[in-house]
Amino acid sequence: MIRDITLGQYYPGDSWVHRLDARTKIIATLLYLIELFVVNNFYGFLITAAVLFIVIAVSKVPLKFIFRGLTAVFLIIAFTFVLNLFMVDGRVLWHWKFLTITYEGLMRAFFMAVRLVLIIIGSSIMTLTTKPVELTDGLEKLLSPFSKIGLPSHEIALMMTIALRFIPTLMEETDKIIKAQQARGADFESGSLFQRAKNLIPILVPLFVSSFRIAQDLALAMEARCYHGGPGRTRMNEIRFDRSDAIAAVLMVLFLAVIIASRFI
Amino acid sequence: MSISVRNLNYIYNPGMPGETVALSDVSFDVADHTVLGIIGHTGSGKSTLLQHLNGLIKPTSGDVYVDGECITDGKTKMTEIRRKVGLVFQYPEYQLFEETVKKDVAFGPKNLGLNEEEQEARVRKAIGLVGLDYEEIKDLSPFELSGGMKRRVAIAGVIAMDPKILILDEPTAGLDPSAHRDILAMVRRIHEEMGIILIFVSHNMADIAELSDRVMVMSGGKVVLEGTPAEVFSQGDWLSEMGLGVPPAKEIVDLIKKREPEFISEALSTDEAARDIRHYLGESDG
Repeated sequence: MIRDITLGQYYPGDSWVHRLDARTKIIATLLYLIELFVVNNFYGFLITAAVLFIVIAVSKVPLKFIFRGLTAVFLIIAFTFVLNLFMVDGRVLWHWKFLTITYEGLMRAFFMAVRLVLIIIGSSIMTLTTKPVELTDGLEKLLSPFSKIGLPSHEIALMMTIALRFIPTLMEETDKIIKAQQARGADFESGSLFQRAKNLIPILVPLFVSSFRIAQDLALAMEARCYHGGPGRTRMNEIRFDRSDAIAAVLMVLFLAVIIASRFI
Repeated sequence: MSISVRNLNYIYNPGMPGETVALSDVSFDVADHTVLGIIGHTGSGKSTLLQHLNGLIKPTSGDVYVDGECITDGKTKMTEIRRKVGLVFQYPEYQLFEETVKKDVAFGPKNLGLNEEEQEARVRKAIGLVGLDYEEIKDLSPFELSGGMKRRVAIAGVIAMDPKILILDEPTAGLDPSAHRDILAMVRRIHEEMGIILIFVSHNMADIAELSDRVMVMSGGKVVLEGTPAEVFSQGDWLSEMGLGVPPAKEIVDLIKKREPEFISEALSTDEAARDIRHYLGESDG
């Protein structure tokens, strides 16, 4: 059950999108998110959606996998849709007691929902096609100019790498502890809210103990290999921009221009 | 009491990139009072199989019968199954969580809905069975104990449920030789005193040979061989091909047999091998 969470999951592959530099993908994703808010009409959304589907097709990540991420936030999307639907003034389309749907409200609700869906798919395409380690490496490189003004970019990236690296480990550990306590007759599915919260103690205490043990082992292992962060540190897989990143950059600029132009249709 | 497993199949992550067949068409029976040893590589499906036996995992297809009752039809109450089948995971000391040993061991009995006195009686008996002194240890924090003692307390936590079938997943993993011996002796004593079915996984062939009545070999999610220790370990070459091997004593006996055709021994344990070798030397020396 706990394995079903797909937060920041990576879908192994060797497509053009997979091979792009992580920095390119981070910038492209940021730009895409901004563009989604630049868009103000139907044509713009059509173009942004089409571009996204082209990227998905090129990345060869199965659609089923991408839409699975949406189910988790379905409630939020539905809530936003309903809220926008009834809250905007304008030309009345439908009226019943205190509920009113206007033409403007319908449009805004629709745009908001589409925007949310595209935001989620757009950002999950990045995490699905980029290994977590590459992602944090890219982020470190992108943040490194700010280290001059005291931003510990290497440390931030390292913390993120470790956090991402240990999500599956801790999930496995949690799964194991839950099962072990279930084998001792623990019941996590019934009882009042207070009782259920109390029932979590047999999971949380061992989980904390394990996390501390893992953290200590990791720190020792890093020290034993003479780890010291930041400046002068070399890496095994140096990331660099190449031709496809240049192509991607050109495509991004073109796309941005089209989106801005779409505002004036 | 008995366990029957019929055509058990289990697939992890069906329909996803990580799809793996963990168990394929596993069938076997365990009779009352038997000690069943399971050997196999990491990833051969041993742990997955064990978790099916007390309903922690629902099979993709196939059935498990405990004491003639099907536990995979979705009708059986899981608490009933867990009362009958006790499962001790690998490194069970990592599930300790209470302030005192007594409270931790009482966690299972408490979940069964027993009253205070019954709980205490169960805890006292369980701690005695794992070879610890109840009075001495009951108010200590489980986190203060040594590794071997922690593991005993964790095992006591399962024994306190008074199961009729006890399953141990690598009970001696990661222990030093003396703690290893102690745990092994403890397992044997528990089996004798409680008169239960014991199923255990181990990578130590000597332990398997010493404790088991029946041995089951798993590979790639299948049961590839099942029989008495003598039967299974007579397939020495085949076992080493699979990277599993035979008990060290058996290895030595087989080597001697090759050189000395008159030497007869079916020894699996060190003691038996020593006896047979002494006997052989005594005879040939006149």
